Amino acid sequence: MSTTSYVPSPAQRAREEYRRRQTVLSVLIAAASTAAVGTLLAFAVTGAPGWDRVRASFFDPQIARDALPAVLTGLWLNLRLLVCCAIGALLLGLVIAILRTLRGPVFFPIRALATSYTYAFRGLPLIIVLYLLTLGVPGLRLQGMPPVLVLGGLALVLTYSGYLAEVFRAGIESVHPSQLAAARSLGLTYRQTMRHVVLPQAVRRVAPPLLNDVVALQKDVGLVSLAGPIDAVRAAQIATAQSFNYTPYIVAGVLFVLLAIPLIAVTDRVTLRAARRQSGG
Amino acid sequence: MDVLRCRGLRKVFGDQVVLDGLDLTVAEHQVVALIGSSGSGKSTLLRCVNLLEDLHDGTIELDGEDITAPGVDPDKVRRRIGMVFQSYNLFPHLSVLDNITLAPRRVHRRARAEAEARARELLERVGLGAKADAYPDRLSGGQQQRVAIVRALANSPRLLLLDEVTSALDPELVGEVLTMIRDLKTEGMTMILATHEMGFARDVADQVCFLDAGRVIESGPPSQVLADPVHPRTRQFLARIIEARRL
Ligand SMILES: Nc1ncnc2c1ncn2[C@@H]1O[C@H](COP(=O)(O)OP(=O)(O)OP(=O)(O)O)[C@@H](O)[C@H]1O
Ligand SMILES: [Mg+2]
Repeated sequence: MSTTSYVPSPAQRAREEYRRRQTVLSVLIAAASTAAVGTLLAFAVTGAPGWDRVRASFFDPQIARDALPAVLTGLWLNLRLLVCCAIGALLLGLVIAILRTLRGPVFFPIRALATSYTYAFRGLPLIIVLYLLTLGVPGLRLQGMPPVLVLGGLALVLTYSGYLAEVFRAGIESVHPSQLAAARSLGLTYRQTMRHVVLPQAVRRVAPPLLNDVVALQKDVGLVSLAGPIDAVRAAQIATAQSFNYTPYIVAGVLFVLLAIPLIAVTDRVTLRAARRQSGG
Repeated sequence: MDVLRCRGLRKVFGDQVVLDGLDLTVAEHQVVALIGSSGSGKSTLLRCVNLLEDLHDGTIELDGEDITAPGVDPDKVRRRIGMVFQSYNLFPHLSVLDNITLAPRRVHRRARAEAEARARELLERVGLGAKADAYPDRLSGGQQQRVAIVRALANSPRLLLLDEVTSALDPELVGEVLTMIRDLKTEGMTMILATHEMGFARDVADQVCFLDAGRVIESGPPSQVLADPVHPRTRQFLARIIEARRL
């Protein structure tokens, strides 16, 4: 706290100088080794006997340019589905997790229902849920049937909320009972305790695994194309069939990674912050 | 006038009887110290008074009103009783100020500005004004415990329950918490405190109750119970404590 003019001792200055030199040195070493490994890899791949054939059928720039608009249109569908399904699955998962924690005999049926839900939808393969909803439900020929895209999205929400509910529940149960006692002793009701004390701590704690599941969801949203709607991968498949060339898949793959990078970066940052908070106190 | 009247309290965990027909009366502005060996039920008694545990028999009256009667809303009762725990139990995701204003705002529906002004005033009074915006993990144990006491006081409770509020603290931090409790006594707060610190019990309590086998087997002014106990169990307990050099 003191603001007297502080002058670092020679020992401290020498330490700082040494640290600076070490940092510069390690950056240089990292750069050199990256360059060496990259060059080696490039030689190994381009020097392979079949490289020319592979390049022609996977890395054709002209075909990539031609396929790009269709793949981008598909990707736009992925993106919209991802946002809607992620929000839907997070909300539904949270509600189910809360229902599972309700105590008291009155809530037994609700609790049992919520529990069976997580068992059923974590057990059922996503593809089967998808077919049931997109092919089975329209077969009922009910009035006002939502489009296949919505039904497909619903299948994703149902399946993923089963997983997310368990992640949320783990978070809720990780909050120590003494926190509940403290909140209740202040006169907060069960609901207020959940809302202001338990859930904020629980969600913070499980944010990394939640985001991880959203990254997984990002790859699974494409499965709705099994029911008709054309996502990025399906668009690439169509383009491949037309050109007899696999380049469109590479285009779609690169776009998927680009789409995932921000989400994964956020996940890493949140994970790091959570780890730091845990070790800090 | 009596703030609290407990009659025949019984509490059972499995086949272990923790409270066995316990009686306790606390008058207004009185400070009662609960002493007794570990596991004698001091914490359980405080938790029962705050309705955090279900009773298996007996009645508790707060200001003459039976709070164990069927149909009484426990949440409304707890607003009138403050409780401070051994391990502070501050909410780690909330700043000091938000910890203190949570109940006034959500339970008593005070406006944010009003609740914060009062919280700052209370913090100022215990010398923690500068820590209002800090998070609990940035405070020392003694500071955290003082915030926990302020948090309980922000509800303007009729009765304050303190459960070994200094036993998790380093010896040099104990003093600041004890000073605060002494000040509360001067202001006339009615308190029940469970403690292993006989020196503190002697210093601050009007009445000391010795718990054993789920009952208060001896009670009276500290000068009598701590210096000249009547019951052999009390004598045994105090002898052990003196042996451990805690008196
Ligand atoms: N939730 C619980 N479930 C089962 N047994 C419990 C529970 N809470 C307390 N007990 C038991 O009740 C007895 C009294 O516990 P309590 O915490 O009230 O003792 P204490 O007097 O506060 O002890 P200490 O001085 O160590 O804090 C102990 O034997 C304890 O094991
Ligand atoms: Mg105890």
